[in-house]
Amino acid sequence: MTTTLLPARRKDQPRDARLADRRSRQDHPSWFLWPALAMLVIFFFTPTIYNFVYAFTDWSSFKSEIGFVGFDNFVKLLQNGSLLSDLRVTLIYAILVAIFQNLFGLGLALVLERDTRINRFARAAFFVPVIMSALAVGYVFQAILKPDGVLNNFLTTLTGGEVSIPWLGSTTWTIVVVAIIHAWKWMGLSMLIYLAGLKTINEEVIEAAQLDGAGYWRIFKAVRWPLLAPAVTFNFATALLGSMNGFDIVQATTAGGPGGSTELLNIFIFRTFGQGLFAQATAMSLVLFLVVALLAFPVIIYLRRRERVL
Amino acid sequence: MTTASPTLKRARRLMQPTAAILLTVLLLGVPFMIIIFTAGKDQGAALNPDLSPPATWQLWSNLATVLDEGNMVQALFGSLLVMVPSVLLVLVLGSLASWILARRSSRSMAVLYALAISGIVLPPAVVTIVLLLRQLGLAGTAIGMISVYTGMYLSTVIFFVTGFIRTIPMELEEAARMDGAGPFRVFWKVIVPLLTPTLATASILICLYIWNDVFYALFVIGGRIDTLPLNLFDVASAGLYLQRWHMIFSYIILMSLPLLTVFVFLQRKIISGITSGAVK
Repeated sequence: MTTTLLPARRKDQPRDARLADRRSRQDHPSWFLWPALAMLVIFFFTPTIYNFVYAFTDWSSFKSEIGFVGFDNFVKLLQNGSLLSDLRVTLIYAILVAIFQNLFGLGLALVLERDTRINRFARAAFFVPVIMSALAVGYVFQAILKPDGVLNNFLTTLTGGEVSIPWLGSTTWTIVVVAIIHAWKWMGLSMLIYLAGLKTINEEVIEAAQLDGAGYWRIFKAVRWPLLAPAVTFNFATALLGSMNGFDIVQATTAGGPGGSTELLNIFIFRTFGQGLFAQATAMSLVLFLVVALLAFPVIIYLRRRERVL
Repeated sequence: MTTASPTLKRARRLMQPTAAILLTVLLLGVPFMIIIFTAGKDQGAALNPDLSPPATWQLWSNLATVLDEGNMVQALFGSLLVMVPSVLLVLVLGSLASWILARRSSRSMAVLYALAISGIVLPPAVVTIVLLLRQLGLAGTAIGMISVYTGMYLSTVIFFVTGFIRTIPMELEEAARMDGAGPFRVFWKVIVPLLTPTLATASILICLYIWNDVFYALFVIGGRIDTLPLNLFDVASAGLYLQRWHMIFSYIILMSLPLLTVFVFLQRKIISGITSGAVK
């Protein structure tokens, strides 16, 4: 029976597929797509393509015509050191934010895991910084971290000696401080995602481990952490790639200083744009685009693979 | 473990709530108290924002001053003017497109989907957007800003909604189609009602982004239309120079209130909506 049926079915299949295809086109017509695609193409992809063009011109506010200049903008940015230095700052900042935000978020999720009234309140409270403006958060911490600000005053009374640490004035450590502020603002979101991840872990797996005599940390390391992989992927990728595109918190706390040690690519782009040097700003914007694009795929693929291995 | 004394057990049971309260007070209570206390002081007392309560509270008059001097009413309307149409546009266009992207399975659809969601990670070309808007005659206008936000956040909506529509069984659509419903009717009567929770989550996220956005607004409408974050940027730039922290913090309180109020009332839905969308 199978021998007689098989060839017949094979002959029918293309027609079936074509019919199904035509039907699916009628049932789900393409014109539903066009408005969204038009907006995406005009207001997202066209400016991106412009980036690849105008980065190689002398477009500025000082002259009316725009001419091609080849790699001049990039040579200039390399020669004055801003390209490499801003790129380095942006990468370090993004990595620090990703680490701190995940540490804080996971820590909070583990502390607030059980469904008690106090924990429910605390979870909601930790989401308040997430809904606040990042610019506002930056100004608040600028006040707290001033040389004669509340943190140094507190440390002075605590230690007895005069403490005046320039939290936002160190060319080495300020980038860490600002990354921690960024992580503080977003840790509530990471916490929620870790909480959701913890909830998906089967109770029985943990009970089995408990019966085997495993303690809290052993269960965490051997059972829960590996099972949290999807949450780690999401949190790490969004924190890393999101903070590559950061601006508000750095602008509000240091505006790129001291000495350019916290100058993210977006801070440079904003400043240079304000000076009317549009082509240089565009060149840096292209650099940001390329770096994020180059990073996004390996980071996501690597983290996804880690999930699959487990 | 089984040999632990009752007192040790009780201590262990008290450890978690204590840690929770301590963390909340230290990490959130302290900064929020500094904000509220400083906003309640006069300029002299607010020079160094700290944890001491104001000698005489003048929070209301500070809020009234900043509402007036910071042009907050105008900025509120500016913020709403760019946010509301952007969110509506993104939701409507995004869900229309998502339905097709979720249901048609050709290779070209897969490519279109990948392109459509690439905006989630790729940074917008913020400088050349200004050039494009100038060429289109939209520079510095609300329509220009709305278009830019729509182009930027469509990816987020398409990602969330397409993922959700794929979990809706096709049979539900088929049943409506048997009754003679056309594509638009099927979409409106079958798909949209099921989408409401997903759309609510997406719109909350996008409201959050747009309400607090200052970077893109500085490029596109800076100096032309006031929004709350743009005005905060101006107020703070002038205020920091004059050390007027009580004004800056008052502005921050007023600016955060609308989203905070929404959050207090809808917090359970918001939190469960965001967590269910992220981890699959």
